[in-house]
Amino acid sequence: MTAHAALDLRDLGLDRGGHILVLRALRELGPGRPLAVTGGHPDLGLQLSVMAREGGHSVTENTGTSPGERKTFTVVAGPALDARARGAARAGSAVHSRDHRGVSDRADERWGVAARGAMVEAGAPRWDFSLDRAEVVWTDDAKKLYAQAAAAQWDPETAIPWDAPITHPPAVEEAVVQVMTYLVENENAALLVPARFLGRIHPHYREVVQLMAIQIADEARHVEVFTRRALLRSSEMALSTAGGQRSLQTLFEETDFVLATMLLSVLGEGSFVDLLRFLHEHGPDEVTRTIADLTARDESRHVAAGMAHVRWAIEQQPQDRGRIRSAIEQRHQALQHTSGLNAEVYDALVLLAAGSFEPEDIARGFDAVQALQRRMLEGRTRRLARLGFSESEAESLAGLHTRNFM
Amino acid sequence: MKRVSSALTLGAVAYDAKVVTIWDGFVQWFASRGLAFDYVLYTNYERQVEGLFLGEHDVSWNSPLAWLQAERLARKLGRTARAIAMRDSDQDLRSAILVRADGPVKSLADLTGRRVAFGASDSPQATILPKLHLAENGVDPDRDITAQLFDVLVGKHGDHIGGERDAVKALLAGSVDAACVLDANVLGFSRDGTVPSGALRTLALTEPYDHCNFTVLDDTRAVDVSRFAELLLSQDYGDPVVRPLMDLEGLKAWRVGRTALYAPLERAIDRFGTIEHWLSEHA
Repeated sequence: MTAHAALDLRDLGLDRGGHILVLRALRELGPGRPLAVTGGHPDLGLQLSVMAREGGHSVTENTGTSPGERKTFTVVAGPALDARARGAARAGSAVHSRDHRGVSDRADERWGVAARGAMVEAGAPRWDFSLDRAEVVWTDDAKKLYAQAAAAQWDPETAIPWDAPITHPPAVEEAVVQVMTYLVENENAALLVPARFLGRIHPHYREVVQLMAIQIADEARHVEVFTRRALLRSSEMALSTAGGQRSLQTLFEETDFVLATMLLSVLGEGSFVDLLRFLHEHGPDEVTRTIADLTARDESRHVAAGMAHVRWAIEQQPQDRGRIRSAIEQRHQALQHTSGLNAEVYDALVLLAAGSFEPEDIARGFDAVQALQRRMLEGRTRRLARLGFSESEAESLAGLHTRNFM
Repeated sequence: MKRVSSALTLGAVAYDAKVVTIWDGFVQWFASRGLAFDYVLYTNYERQVEGLFLGEHDVSWNSPLAWLQAERLARKLGRTARAIAMRDSDQDLRSAILVRADGPVKSLADLTGRRVAFGASDSPQATILPKLHLAENGVDPDRDITAQLFDVLVGKHGDHIGGERDAVKALLAGSVDAACVLDANVLGFSRDGTVPSGALRTLALTEPYDHCNFTVLDDTRAVDVSRFAELLLSQDYGDPVVRPLMDLEGLKAWRVGRTALYAPLERAIDRFGTIEHWLSEHA
């Protein structure tokens, strides 16, 4: 057989990367066509025969073709050369365009964790991502919200003035510890709920996965700073109530992505933004106020993400509005015999806003907490209305939200 | 009591945990093509060869040495052993005798009086065939050199790569003057970083020889055995279902069994009496 294509490896052996050049040349030729490989490495014949055996190719030594120490071999690739490319398919499209958002309506189980638009070899394992449809998980806002979140990350170590003076009375500090204890358990739930869904979402919808991941990281930071604030002066955390945990458990147990997003982000975190702004305004020390301000900004993004998800889901499936209504009602019924926001947290909020035990200050603090509850109710009503619920329905559903705030 | 299962049963040696993955995969693949197939595992080839003659299984996945054990035992017992199929990667192997690139050994004769590292005592590629090469080229492996065996998992006929790796490491460390390995491992040990580029040199290569094969006795279950071989030979590396199994077994295509290139190993075991004692115990 006469070799038409030729490759000169000079002194490079296959033990130092020469196989890359040989494979490149063989791929250019394709299976069945001869390649003349010349080189001066003393083991070239041995190396080519091993490579040929492992790759299903053939190799023969040419005689009398090269002077001196250099030898020439004819290598012919076998059909296995391009076997992996046969039947391979693209995992959707990497390209975005004006009329094409770049994601598929349904993500194939064989795409698995491959990059969107990657060429996936046939025979790759099937992955069981149960949230694999755009109509359930996608939102066009995910990319923008993720970018905003990535740009807004803050370092608890430097962003918070941990050494700022704390001069309020010990009783007010006890109230701060109680509120922080309550915040930590709520943020634990807000971390775990999206975390449970994260592993079920097909990575094809990578902007959604990224957004949820950074949201989870936000919550991790919140758990850290609330805990650290609680323990600035106190050696112990305060009370966690059965009613509060029961309320959060109903969130944790919601297995439907759209409904969980609605209950957690739109209603719960939405109310939490109001609570954190309240703490920013009434916090008795700079550490508490700064923490409340920074966490409120993060939570506002979570609310925006939740709104975007639910709005998208309702646009795709208008019947979701009915499911959302039922879910709010069911959670209300499940929680109606629990105590709602525990008395300790409520009183702590009052005392925190009052700043002292003077009756006039307590009255002012009480009014502030009542105003907070009104703001929360108005906020929930407003968001429900923006999701297309009628004014009266939005108002009644907003009133059914857990008295535990989250 | 006799074996009741009607499935064509393969015997294989468990030299690595992946053996279970491979043959479980084959069980399913053969079943999907209508061949009832099963397998049993042995801890060593000697036990597997016994198992074939005792009827514990129908087809042995044999090392080259186990093939010769089966072939010679069959002859003594008035039976016939046949090699029905093998991997493309079982054909035309060679072993290399490696030395340090900057060392004093320039020829086989220079090995006289020096230390030479081999693999497991029953490894055709890392011990028996390189010793034959030395002997046939004037270096008596028992008298002229000090042989150092890196005996990893005796009974597995060198299927475990550990012995060859240890031999090469000893060569690099300077505690031996040469090391014998399968040709593929000359490249493999470069790729995985065991051997720095240019540190070693190939002093000599053995003649080509063949490695594993599927062995059957006489005309055992002729219909099933021929269907088994036919299905194996039909496996296409382009088929994504079977490709992972072929990757695990390290082949691109199955070939019809051939026995001519077991000749060097036959000469070796005749010369060294490698299996004489084993044969006399079993025949």
